[in-house]
Amino acid sequence: MAKFDLNDESVVVIVGSGAGGGTLGAELALKGVKTVILEAGQRFEIEDFLNDEWASFSQLSWRDARTTSGSWRVHRDFPNLPAWIVKAVGGTTIHWAGASLRFQDYEFRAKSHYGDMQGANLLDWPLSLDELEPYYSRAEDKMGVTRTNGIPGLPGNNNYKVFEAGAKKLGYKEVHTGRMAINSQPRDGRGGCQQIGFCFQGCKSGAKWSTLYTEIPKGEETGNLEVRPDAQAVRIEHDAAGKATGVVYANSAGVLRRQKARVVCVAGNSIESPRLLLNSASSTFRDGLANSSGQVGRNYMRHTTGAVFAIFDEPVHMYRGTTMAGVIRDEAPHNPARGFAGGYEFETISVGLPFMAAFLDPGAWGREFASALDSYQNMAGLWIVGEDMPQERNRITLDPTVKDKFGLPVASVHYDDHANDVALRNHAYRQGMALYESVGATRVFPQTPYPSTHNLGTNRMSANPRDGVVNKHGQTHDINNLFVSDGSQFTTGACENPTLTIVALAIRQAEHIAGRLSANTI
Amino acid sequence: MKTHERKAPAAAMDRRRFIAGSASASAAIFISGAAIIHPGEAWGLEVKTLAPATMQTLVKAARDIYPHDRLSDKYYALAVKGYDAKAAEKPELKALIEGGVADLDSRAMARHGVRYVEIGWEAPRVAILKEIEDGPFFIMIRSGLVVGLYNQKEIWPLFGYEGESASEGGYINRGFNDLNWL
Repeated sequence: MAKFDLNDESVVVIVGSGAGGGTLGAELALKGVKTVILEAGQRFEIEDFLNDEWASFSQLSWRDARTTSGSWRVHRDFPNLPAWIVKAVGGTTIHWAGASLRFQDYEFRAKSHYGDMQGANLLDWPLSLDELEPYYSRAEDKMGVTRTNGIPGLPGNNNYKVFEAGAKKLGYKEVHTGRMAINSQPRDGRGGCQQIGFCFQGCKSGAKWSTLYTEIPKGEETGNLEVRPDAQAVRIEHDAAGKATGVVYANSAGVLRRQKARVVCVAGNSIESPRLLLNSASSTFRDGLANSSGQVGRNYMRHTTGAVFAIFDEPVHMYRGTTMAGVIRDEAPHNPARGFAGGYEFETISVGLPFMAAFLDPGAWGREFASALDSYQNMAGLWIVGEDMPQERNRITLDPTVKDKFGLPVASVHYDDHANDVALRNHAYRQGMALYESVGATRVFPQTPYPSTHNLGTNRMSANPRDGVVNKHGQTHDINNLFVSDGSQFTTGACENPTLTIVALAIRQAEHIAGRLSANTI
Repeated sequence: MKTHERKAPAAAMDRRRFIAGSASASAAIFISGAAIIHPGEAWGLEVKTLAPATMQTLVKAARDIYPHDRLSDKYYALAVKGYDAKAAEKPELKALIEGGVADLDSRAMARHGVRYVEIGWEAPRVAILKEIEDGPFFIMIRSGLVVGLYNQKEIWPLFGYEGESASEGGYINRGFNDLNWL
């Protein structure tokens, strides 16, 4: 395993080790580029994972202080937990469900395809599906996505059986057990899925792809990658010419270190990445790094989500097996006749009894609520993931009063639903409830969104530097050796789970960076 | 309080008390010295910092907040007993809890002439809880129960939740797709 000197100016420094940072680091290392990943969290391994919802939440979640505002219900119910993401080596690839869907062609052209939407800050990506397709292919192969590369689909669990039966009753055509980055059979040195049911707590069998035990070890084996856990980036520094020169981070003892760098890549998820850029403001860049457009932190997207749970008169035991065990894609296309732009996916979801109590209707109590939990074993559930509109006011800012333990302002997350988001969610609730009622549900619950698991868009790609933060390679418009490598690059959110696209972009970005390094143009 | 019930002639019962379902004490749990005792479930709980009557009320309120008829009182007691130790460390917490319970009792007395735990039916107790649901005492007790009650592994089987499966090889051979009623 490599160990690089703090004063080594030749390294690429990546902040974050999740889908973006972990993939980018490994890809660069495989290309011979010396790379240091700074990861704020600890390093756990598969044997450390806890298949216990609250214990795992305490172990893995990003629980550092954040504040919220806006009309979204998360602000009321979980004012200091806007996002449900991971702080550990591997990032949120430890917690993700594994759903790996490519974006649809027009989703890269939301502004021209949907037309102007009042209050939405829509923009076309400076990138097309055609350009990204080769990288999607490589990402699918790397991640072992089912129903690609000749990999069979996973078997459907009980929750899926109910979901599929309801889908067929409603006349939906495209329903299957998904394109999942979960081995349906042994592959790439990892075993097949054991239907453990704790996909969100770290996969105990390693069947689900995570950078923690796939990309990162492969990168480390090259001798070109060092992953430094317990290293919380606090500031990116630059020289008089405006080039990034390194990253100051706090180690586990709270001591500040400065890692010099030839290139800096920010991949701390869409809340921490803009926070780091904003906290790196200097006399040269008074509004934060890479922020000449004023777009850093803006256009925060979280997908239009929600869930529907239903009670039947017979047991389902939805928690047995893959958490996200199937998908319905019939509502994914843009079909304005439904009364909104963009589309949504239905995907099965389940949580254990402890999380059902916490999230079914946060704050609710009394016999109506308790009686729902009484029927826990007869419950089936699905999750809605739809495109939400980028809005300038939905944004990450630096909290004016709350500071972290290093004295830096914490991120404050503001979110209001756009009218289109509300219309989409209501449509999805109606369809989801109808789905379950069509197969005999005796009671249905349209459940309010969880804290955000998909955090997107706060350093968006744009063709014109005026409209966004980075170009089509994730390179910031303002600083040519500063990159953004996570979902905050997304110009719009599309309606697919974002991880596959983040990985595809990271593979593509690694090629770009390696090429520029050898050409000596950064 | 059982004695009280035996002594109270039906004719003497006022109307409000009748609506409340008669003044039958929560005889399931009674106070003995510095402890609350549940003879039916054969457990007792020593209370050191809070008043035993306060703990008795917390157990009842916990059940009223998340009423599961299949759960015995001990799970509710386990969910709230930690407040006794925490109250010893934090005087302001002790004041919040004692004040909150005193408030519940005074509302119960005003409406039904008995303490909160002595109101016979759930609905009039819940009506009192509704009045205080936006206050700090209720919010603390309710949110504490979400984890304190539902994260007790012993109750999971009663809801049909089996929890951790990795140590048994997952659910792949243990019913992940055994549903056959569709």
